Amino acid sequence: MVLQRYLLSATRQCISRRRILGSLRQTFCELRYSYSSDSTRKYTDRHEWVVVEKDIGTVGISNYAQESLGDIVFAQLPDLGSEIKAGDECGALESVKAASEIYSPVSGTITEKNSEVENKPGLINTSCFEKGWLFKLKLSKPDELNELMNEEQYEKFLKSDVDKDH
Amino acid sequence: MCSQSLTRVLFTKQSNLKWCINTINNRLYSDKSVKPKKTPLYDLHEKYGGKVVDFAGFLLPVQYSDMSVSTSHLFTRSSASIFDVSHMLQTNVYGKDCVSWFESICPVDLKGMANGSSSLTVFLNNNGGIIDDLIVTKVKEDQLYIVSNAGRMEIDKQHMQETSETYKKSGKDLTVEFLDVSQRALIAVQGPKAVTSLQPLTNIPLADLIFMTSTIGKVAGIECRVTRCGYTGEDGVEISIPADKAITVTEALLQNSDVKLAGLGARDSLRLEAGLCLYGNDIDETITPVEASLTWLIAKRRRGEANFPGADIIMRQIKEGVDKRRVGIRIEKGAPARKDAVLKNEGKDIGKVTSGCPSPSLGGNVAMGYVAEQFKKSGTELFVNIRGKDVRCVVAKMPFVPSRYYIKK
Repeated sequence: MVLQRYLLSATRQCISRRRILGSLRQTFCELRYSYSSDSTRKYTDRHEWVVVEKDIGTVGISNYAQESLGDIVFAQLPDLGSEIKAGDECGALESVKAASEIYSPVSGTITEKNSEVENKPGLINTSCFEKGWLFKLKLSKPDELNELMNEEQYEKFLKSDVDKDH
Repeated sequence: MCSQSLTRVLFTKQSNLKWCINTINNRLYSDKSVKPKKTPLYDLHEKYGGKVVDFAGFLLPVQYSDMSVSTSHLFTRSSASIFDVSHMLQTNVYGKDCVSWFESICPVDLKGMANGSSSLTVFLNNNGGIIDDLIVTKVKEDQLYIVSNAGRMEIDKQHMQETSETYKKSGKDLTVEFLDVSQRALIAVQGPKAVTSLQPLTNIPLADLIFMTSTIGKVAGIECRVTRCGYTGEDGVEISIPADKAITVTEALLQNSDVKLAGLGARDSLRLEAGLCLYGNDIDETITPVEASLTWLIAKRRRGEANFPGADIIMRQIKEGVDKRRVGIRIEKGAPARKDAVLKNEGKDIGKVTSGCPSPSLGGNVAMGYVAEQFKKSGTELFVNIRGKDVRCVVAKMPFVPSRYYIKK
């Protein structure tokens, strides 16, 4: 009985804590989105995204891309220190039904790869924007960001591309 | 058989995104001016959230919204799935000379088969190359029922038409009737619970319907042809249904929670684990049954007669061997090898992968491909080049996952 009550209250606490954290995160995201153009998510027409903070870009694939691929079972990520140009093939993702190359949205030098994703590629499906990021790079041509789509443009792009097909 | 060239188009739809789908082979169907056809089950695919693509000229689901490809794959292995295979070409042949005509284009021993039994066989060209793989059922002495690949539909039709016309000119009795997708549907019910789910809906005693036999009976009140076969390595049946009743029959089966719809994605990984060929990838007109490790398709009686197309070449190959052979390939760890990945031994190219994917049942990856004859033994360690990296792999026995056909001992 006592144990039950304890568990119950623990659960309650946990839920309320998560709620607070959740709303904090949301506010932070909103702030980040509205006030800092540097860290806005940008998209390529090959469905990668990049978020830049200072001169370091974090790259992943879009929700549309992870859904299209399905359960990802293997991630091949670029080696640290390699220099890549925007549009270069720099890795690959594999699911049961498809293989897809990863193309870098921007030019730069790889500074980090997400080893957690290499061990557990499913993270790309469950959390493509957060835990499922793929690699980071030091941007050599930050101007390239202007060529990429913002969230709204990307959504529109997806829609128009799908419409074209039907 | 019942294999398909899944197409490369799945994702290329979206701009220049370079997704390459394993088995999907767009060569024959890049003609966008031809509008893809709907199967009689199209509305059902929509209703159950099927992700529909143009596959060999038909609108078919790759998967359904309730399950990923690997979940659906595993569900088929543990329970049962229904696949819409209405795109495949169904053909009826009538006439007292149908058996001898069919034996003139395939290496099968139809004469020796009992009425109501089925066999996997191949249409052969004069070089012994495989025009298509198919399942033929000897309904009775003067009637055959054939199911062949959608991706080869026009070629198969032409082949059957031409050869039967020639045959008829010599005074033989024979009529070939192609069933259009608007007339006739075909579903495959596959998995360990396929038959237990079907039995309450049919008057056919399924315990008597052993693997590769076929009969007519009522399913959910509709007269259908039920054949104990499939292309997943599991026990199951294929049910040929009048088009206007296809949804009724399929929905009746889906009332059982042991049964779910599955798409082309799971169908491909299931057939690969079962070691079954996909026409256009693993076999084609340049490959003979001997090279494809399908020598067993050349029936014993027919070897003696040696009167099927390409018999001289095939019989010589059986006797003297071939340069390359289709084998299974297992990659325990790392990236899956896909079509066209080069197989290597001591730095030298010794073959090529023809299809491959991650294996949901076993973990790791499975593939098949052709290797030079001296490397065909299972256990042989090789390398496969995937995006410039040599990955360790090993020649493995097929099926990768043991088959569970309903065979009476």
